[in-house]
Amino acid sequence: MAPILIVGSGPAGMSAAIALARRGVRPVVVSDAPHAGGQGFRRLNPQMALDARRIYGAEARKYEALHRDFEAILPQIDYRPATLVWAIYEGKAFILRDGQAGEIAWSGLILAPGATDRIMPVAGWTRPGVFSLGAAQIALKDQGAFIGRKVVFAGSSPLLLLAALQYRTHGARDIAVLDTTPLGAKLRAAPGLRHSPGTALRGLRLMRALKRLGVPVHQGVRLEAIEGADRVSAIRFTAPSGQECRIACDAVALGHGLRAETQLAELADCDFAFDAALRQWLPVADADGRAGERLYLAGDGACIGGADAAIAGGALSAEALLAELGEPGPSARRRRLRGTVARLRRFQRGLAGAFRWPHEEAGRLADTVTVCRCEMVTAGEIRTAVRADLGPAEVNRVKAVTRCGMGRCQGRFCGPALAEITAEASQSPIDAVGRLRAQAPVKPLPLSAADTRS
Amino acid sequence: MTARTTGTLIVGGGLIGAFTAWFLARAGRSVTVLEKGLVGAQSSGANFGNLRLQGRDPRQYPLSLRAQAIWEEIEALTGESCEYDRTGHLYLARDEEELASLHRYAEISRSAGLVVEDLDGPALAARFPYLDRGILAATFSKRDATANPRLATLMVMRAARAHGAGVLEHCEVVAAGHSGAAFEVETRSHGLFRSEHLVNAAGAWGGEIAAQFAEEVPLFSAGPPQFVTEPLPHVIAPSMQRVSGTVIFRQIPRGNVIVAGYPRTASDAQNLRTRVPPHKTLDGMAGLGLLAPMLRTAHVIRVWSGVEGYLPDMIPIIGPSGTQDGLFHGFGCCGHGFQIAPGVGAVLADLIATGRTDTPVEAFHIARYREGVQANEKFAREFDSR
Repeated sequence: MAPILIVGSGPAGMSAAIALARRGVRPVVVSDAPHAGGQGFRRLNPQMALDARRIYGAEARKYEALHRDFEAILPQIDYRPATLVWAIYEGKAFILRDGQAGEIAWSGLILAPGATDRIMPVAGWTRPGVFSLGAAQIALKDQGAFIGRKVVFAGSSPLLLLAALQYRTHGARDIAVLDTTPLGAKLRAAPGLRHSPGTALRGLRLMRALKRLGVPVHQGVRLEAIEGADRVSAIRFTAPSGQECRIACDAVALGHGLRAETQLAELADCDFAFDAALRQWLPVADADGRAGERLYLAGDGACIGGADAAIAGGALSAEALLAELGEPGPSARRRRLRGTVARLRRFQRGLAGAFRWPHEEAGRLADTVTVCRCEMVTAGEIRTAVRADLGPAEVNRVKAVTRCGMGRCQGRFCGPALAEITAEASQSPIDAVGRLRAQAPVKPLPLSAADTRS
Repeated sequence: MTARTTGTLIVGGGLIGAFTAWFLARAGRSVTVLEKGLVGAQSSGANFGNLRLQGRDPRQYPLSLRAQAIWEEIEALTGESCEYDRTGHLYLARDEEELASLHRYAEISRSAGLVVEDLDGPALAARFPYLDRGILAATFSKRDATANPRLATLMVMRAARAHGAGVLEHCEVVAAGHSGAAFEVETRSHGLFRSEHLVNAAGAWGGEIAAQFAEEVPLFSAGPPQFVTEPLPHVIAPSMQRVSGTVIFRQIPRGNVIVAGYPRTASDAQNLRTRVPPHKTLDGMAGLGLLAPMLRTAHVIRVWSGVEGYLPDMIPIIGPSGTQDGLFHGFGCCGHGFQIAPGVGAVLADLIATGRTDTPVEAFHIARYREGVQANEKFAREFDSR
C-alpha cells in the first residue's frame, strides 16, 4: 500500500510524523527545507554556536523537545528534506530533489506547508536592505547574522517584537520597532486573547523585555516611506500625534502578519472560504483538519494559529487520518487536540485585531510604488487596469492584464496587496475580488529536471 | 421585465464575439454582446498567442490571410497595444516524418501565396545558433506574428464599445429561440433580449447554443499544456514550432519563453478549467531542452491551459445556421482561433449586413455534421486520454 505522505517539516509536519511513528506507521515526510523545524522553530545552524535559549526564550524547551522527538523517530520514517513538491495531481505528489524529478503516491496526505510573511508595500520597500520579517530571523538562525547594523522592525505583527528581542539579545544595539496597530486596537482585542492567556502573557513579557533593554517601540504609527539612494538609509513614519518622524537605519524588516501557504491545498482540490478576521482565503477543513478524502491540513498553512496550534494540529491530523484509514486511536486524545487547535485559532483571530493587517494603506499607496517585485508592476498600473473600460474587478483578470503576480513568486508576496488595491479601485468588497488561482509549479522548476525522470 | 431589443445579439465575449461586434458597430449597426463571465477570460485570453500562417488547413487560407491583414492594422485602428509583433514563424523538423510534413506544409502554404523560406541544417545553425544541431531542416514564414492574448480581446471589445456596441459581462444565456418574429434570448441575470440576428460565438460552450436550434455538433473541450519560464536575455526572435506540434515556443521581449505543445488534455468545462497533468509539463520541458539546449538551465515559473472547443475534423464552425435564418455560428476553433478571429468576425459581419461574403467559408458550415464527419488525421495525435 502507498504510504502516508506529509508535506512540510515545520512543527505541524514534525508533530504529525511523530504521532504516526508512535502508532507504528511509517510516513514519508517531504519538505523543501534542508532541516526540519519550519520557521518558528527553525533549527539553529549548529556551526554558528547559537544559543537556543537566547533565540527562543521561554519557547526553547518546546523547541528542543520537538527536535529531539523528531530526531528520535527518524529511523521510523522516510524523511526527504530539500525536496520540493511542485505539483499535486490525481493522487500523486510531483517532487524535485537534487535536480531530479520524481513522483510519490499516497494512501493519505497531510499538508503542512506553513505560512509566509504578509507584506503591505510602502514607498521604497523594494530598496536593497529591506527584508521580510521572516528573512530577518532566518539570517540570524541560519547564518548568525543581522540584516544590518541599524535595523528597524516595521509592520504589524507580534513577531516584530520577537525578532527585535532576538536581535537585541544577540548584540544588535541600534534597533527600533514600528508597529502600525494603535494601542487602542490592542486593548479592544484583549478579550479575544483570553483563549490563550499564556501566549498573551509571553507577548507582554516581550514588550517588557524590549522596554528594559531600551528598544524603542512605537505603536499606532503610519509607515510613509523607506528612504535611501542605493540602499536603505532611513524609514519615515507618522506618529499617532500626527508628527512626522524619521529613523536612520540601514535595514528594515517588514511584516504585517502571516499568509497561509495554500497552493498545494488548492492543487489537491480543497475548497476555499474567505476568513474575514484573518482577511485571507483559507482552505476549508473540518475540526480535525480534514479537507477531503484522506486529505488533511495542519498548521499555519491551514489557518494561522502559531506553533502550539501547529503541534497540536499535526498530531490531530495524524490521528484523524489513521481513524479514517480504519485504525482509530483513543478518542479522548483527539478530542483534547481538537480543543487545543480550536482554542489557539480563536486566540489567533483575536490577535489579528491586536496586530491589524493595515488594508486601508493599499488605497493610500502612491501610484509609483511597486507592488509586484517580480514583474515590476506599480499600484498605478493596477488601478489603471481596473478603472479602464471593461477593466476587471477580479484579481486573476487583473493579473492577466497587468502581469502583477505572474512572476517567480507567483503572487505569494504581492497577492494580498493586489487584492486590496483591486478592491479599492473597483469599490468592491475584498472577498468579491477573488483570490489568485494557484498553478504548478509551486516554486520555479529547472528545465533540466525533466531529463532526469526515472 | 421588458425585453431589450438590439439588431444583433452575440453570445460570447471572446475574440470572435469582440471582432464581430467591432465590425458591426463600426458599420453603425446596433449590437450587444452577452458574456457569461468576463470578456476574453477563456481560450481567447489563455491561448499561446500565435498568429501563425504556415501550415494551416488549405481550406482556411483565404480566411487566415484576411485575418492577418486585420491583425496588421488593428493596433493603429484601435489606438491600443496588444503586443502585436511580426516575429515570423519557424517550423522545425527533427526526424524523417517531420521532414515530410515540413515539405507538405510548405507546398500548401506557397500555393496559398505565402512566402516560405527553406532552411537546411547549416543555414539554420548560422541564423539560429542556439537551436540544437539535430534539427534537420526548417521553414520560415516572415509574415507570421504573435500577440498577447491577455490583452487582445479587451482591446477589440473596448473599440467595439467605443463604436456603440453593448457589452454585458456576467450575463449568462439560459435559453435561446426564435419567436417567428425575432430571436428571444433569456439570460440568468439581465432578463430577456430580442434581436433580428443572433451570433453564436460561445467557444467551448457553442454546442449548447447550437443545440437550442436543433443543431447537434460533437463539440468537446480541451486545452494544451502551456508553461512559461522566468525572464531570460531576449535572443529568440521568431515563434518556433516542431512540425509535429509537440513543442511550440516563443520568447517575448520581456524575456520569458512561452511554451505549448500537444497532446492536449480534456477540460473540466463545469469548473471552467483544464488541469495540466504534471507529466505533460515535464514532457514539454524535455522537448524544449531538446530543441534549444541553452534553455536547459532556465526555470519554469507557471503552468496554465485554457478551455478550447474542438471538433473531430479539427476545423471550426463558421457561417449561417442550417436550421434558423438569421443565426450565424463562429465557434469550435480547435485551438487555432486566435489567428483567424478577425477574419471570422469580418465574415460574420458581412453575412449579417449583406447576406453574403467574398471569403470562402462553405467548408466550415455546420451542416457538415448532418452527413457525418471524418475525424482528422491530427485528431489521434494531438489528444490523449490523459
